[in-house]
Amino acid sequence: MEANRQSQSQVDAPSPPRGRLPAWALGAIPLALIAAALAALLTVGGDTLGERLGPSAEEIAVERTVLRPGEIKLTVRNTGPDAVTVAQMFVNDAYVDYTTSESQIGRSGTETFTLDYPWQPDSPYLVTLVSETGATTEHEIPVAVQTPSPDGGFYALMALLGLYVGVIPVALGMLFLPFLRHAREHWIRFFMALTIGLLGFLAVDAYLEGTEIAESGTGAFGGALLLFIGAGAAYLGLVALDRYLRDRGAKAREAGASAFQLSLLVAIGIGLHNLGEGLAIGSAYAVGELALGAFLVFGFALHNTTEGLAIVAPLSSNARPSLRSLAMLGLIAGAPAILGAFIGASAFNPEIAALLIGVGIGAIVQVIVQLVPTIRDHAGRALYPASVGGILTGVAVLYMTGLLVSA
Amino acid sequence: MKLDRRQLLGGGALAAVGSLAAFDANGDRAAAQGAAAGHGMKGHGMKGHGGGAKGPTMRKGATVDHRANGFDPTDILRDFDMGKTRRLASGRTLREWEVVAADKEIEVAPGIRYPAWTFNGRVPGPSLRAREGERLRIRFINGSEHPHTMHFHGIHSGEMDGVPEVGAGIIQSGKSTVYEFDAEPFGMHLYHCHVGPLAEHIARGMYGSFIVDPKQGREDADELMMMMNGFNTNFDAEGNQVYAVNSIAFHHVNEPIRVKQGELVRIYLANILEYDPINSFHLHANFFDFFPTGTRLEPTDFTDTISMVQGQRGILEMRFKHKGMFMFHAHKTEFAELGWMGFFEVA
Repeated sequence: MEANRQSQSQVDAPSPPRGRLPAWALGAIPLALIAAALAALLTVGGDTLGERLGPSAEEIAVERTVLRPGEIKLTVRNTGPDAVTVAQMFVNDAYVDYTTSESQIGRSGTETFTLDYPWQPDSPYLVTLVSETGATTEHEIPVAVQTPSPDGGFYALMALLGLYVGVIPVALGMLFLPFLRHAREHWIRFFMALTIGLLGFLAVDAYLEGTEIAESGTGAFGGALLLFIGAGAAYLGLVALDRYLRDRGAKAREAGASAFQLSLLVAIGIGLHNLGEGLAIGSAYAVGELALGAFLVFGFALHNTTEGLAIVAPLSSNARPSLRSLAMLGLIAGAPAILGAFIGASAFNPEIAALLIGVGIGAIVQVIVQLVPTIRDHAGRALYPASVGGILTGVAVLYMTGLLVSA
Repeated sequence: MKLDRRQLLGGGALAAVGSLAAFDANGDRAAAQGAAAGHGMKGHGMKGHGGGAKGPTMRKGATVDHRANGFDPTDILRDFDMGKTRRLASGRTLREWEVVAADKEIEVAPGIRYPAWTFNGRVPGPSLRAREGERLRIRFINGSEHPHTMHFHGIHSGEMDGVPEVGAGIIQSGKSTVYEFDAEPFGMHLYHCHVGPLAEHIARGMYGSFIVDPKQGREDADELMMMMNGFNTNFDAEGNQVYAVNSIAFHHVNEPIRVKQGELVRIYLANILEYDPINSFHLHANFFDFFPTGTRLEPTDFTDTISMVQGQRGILEMRFKHKGMFMFHAHKTEFAELGWMGFFEVA
């Protein structure tokens, strides 16, 4: 035992710098060698393999469609390994004139094509891109609707939508705070469990919607993988933020600070979720799929009011946040819906949307993990009849109010 | 790397077609090509018809390089290959052609290249034209990398039918054969490769017209040959991406066919379109006499629209009453808007 320890310490002892290279140089040398080898492979390595079997793979996809009167504007991305040259295009089996700055789309590049075509509102169209080799790529426009131009009126409308969908419902839900203050402890735990149920429902719902949106994209940047990247980054990022805040406040922490911090995290999670919801609403509006009207506003109000409840639930114990703090929490949770609606309607990109929705999922999962201790009973159990009832009630409430909205 | 392969392919095709110049009946191929280049220049300068509500069009400013293709549809219209003739001891006329199959990439619409299989380096192949009762001898050389035959529509012996396993059967790459038969019956006929898969061999461009004039001849006219065809450029065997007469989409929109007011115009029309069941021909603002298959001298119809299944053909005769621009196109709008559309310019 003693001998072992001695030999161990000998190995661990730093060896004296007998004219050796410094550590940074030992790191730099392999880096330089790798760079040189990659450069060599790039210049001559390809030739050693000869030509590929078969013709070049032409993979292009339309990333964005903008419809203006008499004009269809397509942003086309090359998602394959080879450059692709678009030679001609036809719409619904009729060749059309179009303008572009460059017919050849390089690997991973994009190019914009403006087609001279008298499309009719509310009609479906099939655009076929014919490459120089005669290969065809089809792009479907399910219903032609003029793309809203981003002017003042448009931004006002999107802001109003975001307000209806995000800010107002969350604020309404937060009105439950006085009630929660006077509720008994086991009722508080029930509402916290209900919040977990709500958030769990939102996470699964966001995952399903995110997958659908990601699959509608070109896949050039990873498609559904982006959901997981966004979720992972958000989860770990929020854990790190939480630890950092705890470390800072560890010395003189009041119970209220911790509760407010939990509320803040819930608000951030819900805010990221509402960003995704805003994206979906904005993009649906841009392509004419959003049924505007009283039902949309009412449905979302009912649906998202429960989110406000979730934010104030941690504050029920003994925290006394100022009205300003509460307003801030409400805005953090609700206002991203406005931003989401802007982005969704004016510059919707399925893969950016998937990443953002992933971020929302990660945030929600992190909040759920944070909330679990608050529902523990005196025996330390997280799951017992009342908490299970709360979770299931949360799921049921969102499921049923979700039936009222279809965006 | 892809370009290199293309050039190689083009080079091979050129070598195979090299012997063509030697047997060109009138020896004016070079002149024709010069004219083709001239047409091309003119086409490039034109703004062209269509765009937006004004109708279908290829991308404005883009043109087909007819010189690289080695043929110009405007020339194909009036380019009848009479072959070489000599009188046999019996007193009959023997008419001979040499036809070479070759693989060749052609531009079927501005910027769209298609790996065609051709007779004499063009699509459609040469318009072989003879007179009823003559003895015909076609020496067929397969310079393509694929097996082919020449199957003529006409009356002949079974051995000369140009189908697999009968007579000379399939002519393998690098081999040749001679098809010999009498020119009968008079009319507008076809020839095409008959090797399987047949749809692909036809779709790739292995067809041409075979015209037999009646013994007594026909009235003098401005004669045009139109082969209604198309190209399934993505090879999905479901319809075509490019439709035309004589291969090049919208060619006669940019370069109208010039004819004279009041003069008899005779069109030898055939439909060889693969992957679509029916094609049609419609002429604007004028009517024509129609002679189905051209085998009777009396027209069966006076109309402005006819339809044809694959392999069906006939002769159209018309006199344009008015000067001006007159559209003609498939009255299957889809085909018209995908390239099968043109103009007569009546002066």
